[in-house]
Amino acid sequence: MKYVDEFRDPQLIRRTADEIRRLMEPGRHYRFMEVCGGHTHAIYRFGLEDLLPDSIELVHGPGCPVCVLPMGRVDDGLALAVEHGAIVTAFGDMMRVPGRRGSPLEHIARGADIRMVYSPLDALKLACDNPDRQVVFFAIGFETTAPSTALTLRRARSLGVPNLTVFSNHVTIIPAIRAILDSPDMRIDGFIGPGHVSTVIGCRPYEFVARDYGRPIVVSGFEPLDVLQGIVMILRQLREGRAEVENQYARVVPWEGNLPALQAMAETFELRPYFEWRGLGFISQSALGVSAAYADFDAERRFELPGVRVTDPKAAQCGEVLKGVLKPHRCKLFGRECTPEHPVGALMVSSEGACAAYYNFAHRRARLEEDAAPAPAAAAG
Amino acid sequence: MCLAIPGRIVEFAAEPSFAVVDVTGVRRKVNVDLLRPDGLAVDDWVLIHVGFAMSRISAEQAEEQLRLLTMLGEATLAAEEVEGYQFE
Ligand code: SF4
Repeated sequence: MKYVDEFRDPQLIRRTADEIRRLMEPGRHYRFMEVCGGHTHAIYRFGLEDLLPDSIELVHGPGCPVCVLPMGRVDDGLALAVEHGAIVTAFGDMMRVPGRRGSPLEHIARGADIRMVYSPLDALKLACDNPDRQVVFFAIGFETTAPSTALTLRRARSLGVPNLTVFSNHVTIIPAIRAILDSPDMRIDGFIGPGHVSTVIGCRPYEFVARDYGRPIVVSGFEPLDVLQGIVMILRQLREGRAEVENQYARVVPWEGNLPALQAMAETFELRPYFEWRGLGFISQSALGVSAAYADFDAERRFELPGVRVTDPKAAQCGEVLKGVLKPHRCKLFGRECTPEHPVGALMVSSEGACAAYYNFAHRRARLEEDAAPAPAAAAG
Repeated sequence: MCLAIPGRIVEFAAEPSFAVVDVTGVRRKVNVDLLRPDGLAVDDWVLIHVGFAMSRISAEQAEEQLRLLTMLGEATLAAEEVEGYQFE
């Protein structure tokens, strides 16, 4: 464990790890899903798996926005620049995500006007500075990021900016969790609930996980101790036969969420009847389109888009990794055809993607051989 | 994009939606509409995501977050990101 001595309170970290061991039933194997890509990233960068007993398996969830985006949507976004001549703006995470004819970066090299921004407000600024051009913001993200797009839409309207539109690929976490719970090849004993998403939506929306599926879910922070304490709280619930929503991250996450954020989202977005997720397929009411009230700012209403479904390259197993039925390094392309320098799938691009996390944190690689022994019981669904 | 960058509010902008934050010495305007109802003050710490203050945190939490970011070599990335905001 490389970092443990550098943590603020290594004693406390060790005590918490001991507490985890004490709470486990002998002989039981636990599978906990960390829903959010931010947790996946934290778990690997801090080497937290090294602190956990082997019988606790952390399964990486779908909470990585660029990872769940199907390739067809990437192509649609690129078409806005290539076919419609718009300035397409996107976060850095998107820049190397492969589309059918290459990533946004490769399209820039071929002359498409695609620009990296750090904020949707940057896209608004670009639109104000280029009144004779169409500017599109390629919006991605869960409820953490959607409020920023929502407030930008509001601002664009109040400033009367006619040339900014949003290509919304915002998705919502609850239907994805439900899809995983409903998936027959998925056995999860408890959930580490997303921290940042929950600052916006609060804790109440997770109640169905406990009530309808009998699984504990503990909203947790991103520091090493937070993740370990989240696991302690899940184990305690299992031990005491409880299934509840608990909030380990109460210092940041209010139980009711962020009301101004929820109001802005309700005003500017509407739930799509269904949306395709990589790996999880079509999930009803799982994504946010621009609302009718903001129709003038909707790229999908303003521009004709190809809207073609594109299947991932055959050998790529991104879908199975996203669902948590396959560990990243078991993908046939991992570390060979697919690396962060030459990514085949988006999971290798984003810092929140499980494949990139596995690849980048070398200490983890030493352990790959160990658990490479039994054949994966994947692809059942 | 970083999920949460700790920044300290140093002043409020003329426009009520914005405040200037300091992130490891880099100063930039961010939108504070999501937190305004809580009554923000100068020297409050906030977590910033894509140009928006998302949550208020204590000074100790901010310090610990910055320490972890530095330890992982990600503090410069966070500052670069904030420096990269083009809107003003
Ligand atoms: S290694 Fe590459 S192709 Fe395989 S699952 Fe990961 S991102 Fe997809």
